[in-house]
Amino acid sequence: MATEITTRKTDIGPPHYQKYLPPVIQKNYGKWKFHEILKPGVLLHVAESGDKLYSVRAAAPRLTSTKTIRLFAELADQFCGGYLRYTSRNNIEFLLTDEKQIAPLIERLKKEGYPVGGMGPSITNIVHTQGWVHCHSAASDASGVVKSVMDELFPHFEKMDLPGKLRIAFACCLNMCGAVHCSDIAILAVHRTLPKINKEALPKMCEIPTTVASCPTGAIRPKMTDGKQSVEIIEEQCMYCGNCFTVCPAMTLADAENDGLSIWVGGKVSNARHEPMFSKLAIPFIPNNPPRWPEVVAAVKNIVDVYAKNASKYERMGEWIERIGWPRFFKLTGIEFTKYHIDDFRHAGESYKRSTHLKHTPAEG
Amino acid sequence: MADKKKPTPKLDELEKGPWPSFVKEMKLSAETNVAAQDLLGILERSYDEKIGHWKHGGIVGVKGYGGGIIGRYNDIPQDFPEIAEFHTIRVNQPPGWFYSSDALRTLCDIWEKHGSGLTNMHGSTGDIIFLGTKTTELEPIFSKLTEAGFDLGGSGSDMRTPSACCGMARCEWACYDTLAAVYNITMTYQDELHRPAFPYKFKIKMAGCPNDCVASIARADMSIIGTWRDSIQVDKDQVTAYASGPNRDIARDIVGKCPSKCMGWDGKNLTIDDSNCVRCMHCINAMPKALAPGKDRGATILVGSKAPIIEGALLSSVLIPFIKIEPPYDDIKELIQAMWELWGENGKNRERIGEFIQRIGLGNFLEQIGLEPVPEMVSQPRTNPYVFYDIKKG
Repeated sequence: MATEITTRKTDIGPPHYQKYLPPVIQKNYGKWKFHEILKPGVLLHVAESGDKLYSVRAAAPRLTSTKTIRLFAELADQFCGGYLRYTSRNNIEFLLTDEKQIAPLIERLKKEGYPVGGMGPSITNIVHTQGWVHCHSAASDASGVVKSVMDELFPHFEKMDLPGKLRIAFACCLNMCGAVHCSDIAILAVHRTLPKINKEALPKMCEIPTTVASCPTGAIRPKMTDGKQSVEIIEEQCMYCGNCFTVCPAMTLADAENDGLSIWVGGKVSNARHEPMFSKLAIPFIPNNPPRWPEVVAAVKNIVDVYAKNASKYERMGEWIERIGWPRFFKLTGIEFTKYHIDDFRHAGESYKRSTHLKHTPAEG
Repeated sequence: MADKKKPTPKLDELEKGPWPSFVKEMKLSAETNVAAQDLLGILERSYDEKIGHWKHGGIVGVKGYGGGIIGRYNDIPQDFPEIAEFHTIRVNQPPGWFYSSDALRTLCDIWEKHGSGLTNMHGSTGDIIFLGTKTTELEPIFSKLTEAGFDLGGSGSDMRTPSACCGMARCEWACYDTLAAVYNITMTYQDELHRPAFPYKFKIKMAGCPNDCVASIARADMSIIGTWRDSIQVDKDQVTAYASGPNRDIARDIVGKCPSKCMGWDGKNLTIDDSNCVRCMHCINAMPKALAPGKDRGATILVGSKAPIIEGALLSSVLIPFIKIEPPYDDIKELIQAMWELWGENGKNRERIGEFIQRIGLGNFLEQIGLEPVPEMVSQPRTNPYVFYDIKKG
C-alpha cells in the first residue's frame, strides 16, 4: 500500500495531563471538598467553590469496538460537553455539571446496553487479560468467563447490597497480566501438564542457557536430542508456570483437556482497615467449559452469596475470612480442602498453623 | 470487502445476558473489518477446541523504538489469513484516563483506517490498547498518532507506561498531584520508556491516597501512595449530622473497624489519637463529609511488587515512609536513577527489582542506593541470628 508517512516525531509522550480536563475540573483542580454516592453509579463531587461535578459510571467491556467508543463520545457531546474518562477497572465515566442530564444519560446508556452502577459496596467490572482472543499462553478465555460471571452477578453491579466492596479479577495464565493476586475473588486460568518440547524448532528458536535459567524450580536441564542441543524436563519438579514458554516458544503448554481455572479469595490492595493482602487458593481446578463456564459461574456465585450473608458491614472478603477463620470458610462454602491448598513453594511454612488457636465445636450427639 | 464472516454459534451465546458483550463489540467491528471477522472465526475455533491459536510474539516495532508494539501471529494462518499478523499497539494513555470526545474520535479514525477497530480501554498497565494490525501499518499508525499528540507506551524490559489515579482532578483525598507527577516522570524518562535496556520491566504507579485505586502496592515496581503526617481534619457538625443519619453506628462501623484502635466515640464526640493512626482511610471513606486527610500531605514510596513469575508474587515494601511530592521531583528522580543503576548493573535477566532486593537483601540494597535503614521498612526485625556481621564497616 502507499506510504502515508508525512512527518516523524518521537518521544513526545502522552498528552499533557490538563489537556482533556473539563472546565469544572480545571477550575476546581485540587480544591474538592467532599463527595458522595447519590445512587448506584452516580457520584457527586463538591468543590470548595460550591461547584458540583456528577460522574455517571457505566459498565464497558474491556474489549471495545471503535464504534462503541464513538457512541460514548457522542453521548459525552450530548450530555456533558464532550468530557469523559475511563476508570482503572475499564468502566466509563461521564463528567456532568448539569444535574438534569443525569437521568436521560442513564436511560440512554441502559438502552444502548451499557448499564450504570459499580460503586460503593457492589461488584464492579472484572479486570481481565486477553485470553484466547489474543494471547499465546492463555489457558482459557478471559472475556467469555468474565461475561458469564458478570451476567450472573449483575444484580450486585446495579445495587449496593453487599457488606463491602467486592473486586473480582481474571488472569488467563500465571503471568497474571491482570495481577489478580490481590483480589477479593481471583479467577486464574492454569496449565497442568508438562511443556511439550518441539525438538525440531527448539534448537533454532531458543537459547538453551536462558531456557534452563527460566525455571523457578530448576526442572529444566540441557540435553542432546538427535545430535542437537535441546532440553529435558524433570517431571516431578515442574509446576506448569509457563516461564520457560515465555523465553522459549518451542515449549508449548496449551492442553485442551487439562487446562482450566482455579479460584482464589481474600486479597485486597486498599490499605483501608486491614493491610493489603494476597488472594489465597479456594478451588484448585475447574475444567474449561465454553461458551459459558457454568461450573465457574456457580462457584463464584456461591462464594459471593456466602460472603454477602455472613460478612459484617465494610468487611472485605479477606477480612471476613480472617475473622471467622479458614476452616469455617471451607465449611460455609462447602468447598473441599485438599492437599493442593497447602503451600509447597518458597517460604511455604509461613502459612502453616503454628498455634492451638482453633475454633472447635462440641462433638455431635 | 470480501466477507469472511463464519458462523459463531458458541460465541453467539455470549451476546445474551445483561452485561455488555464483547462478542457484540467484535461483531460491530466485523461489520466493516475483515480482520475482526477472522478474529471472531479464530475465537470460535478456540471455543470449539478449548485451546488458543496465537503464537509467541516476534520482534516488530517502529523505527527507533524497542517497545510499544507486541508482535502477534496466529498458528493457522491458512484458515485466518486476515489476522496472520495481528500485532498489539500500546498507546500511552492521557494521565488519569481523561478524554475529550474529539480525542477519542481521533484515535478511532486512526485505528479504523489502519487496524482491526478493536481496542482495550485500557490494558492492565493502563495503556490504550489497539488490538491487531499488520506490520506494514505500524509506521503509518505511529506517524498519525504522534501527529495527533499521542505516543507509544512501554513493553518488554523497559520502564512501562506509568499510570496514576484521577488525583486532584476529581478527588479530595489526593495527598499529592498524581497527574502532574506522573506526567513529569513519564516525560523525563521517554528514552527508558521506549527503548528497553533494563533486566526486566519496571512499573511506576501513583495513587493519591492509601485507598490505592490504581493497585500500585500490588502491581508496581515503584508504588507512590499519598498519605499525610498531621491530624485527620474533623468537621464536628458533619460528624453529628452523620451520627443522626439512618442505620448509623459510629461505635461499631467506624471506631470498631479502626485497625489501630485510635478512635473513641462517647455518643456525642469523636476523638482521634492521631499519633497512633496508621492512615488507613477507613473512617474517612465512611464519613467523607465529616473527615478528611490532614493538611501536611505527601506520599509513602514502596518498592518491588509483582505478579508470580518468577520467584512468586510480592507486594511492595516501604522504602521512604514519608516524602513531599513536589516539582521538579528531583529527589524522586534521584531515587529512581539510583535504583535503576544498581538493578541495571546487577539484576539478572528477567529479574524484577523486588526479586533482586530479596536476593541481595534489603539492607544491602539500601546501602547501595544510599538510604538509611529505618524501622518503618519492616513489619518486625529479623528473628533469625544468622547475621552477616561486617566488623570492618562497624
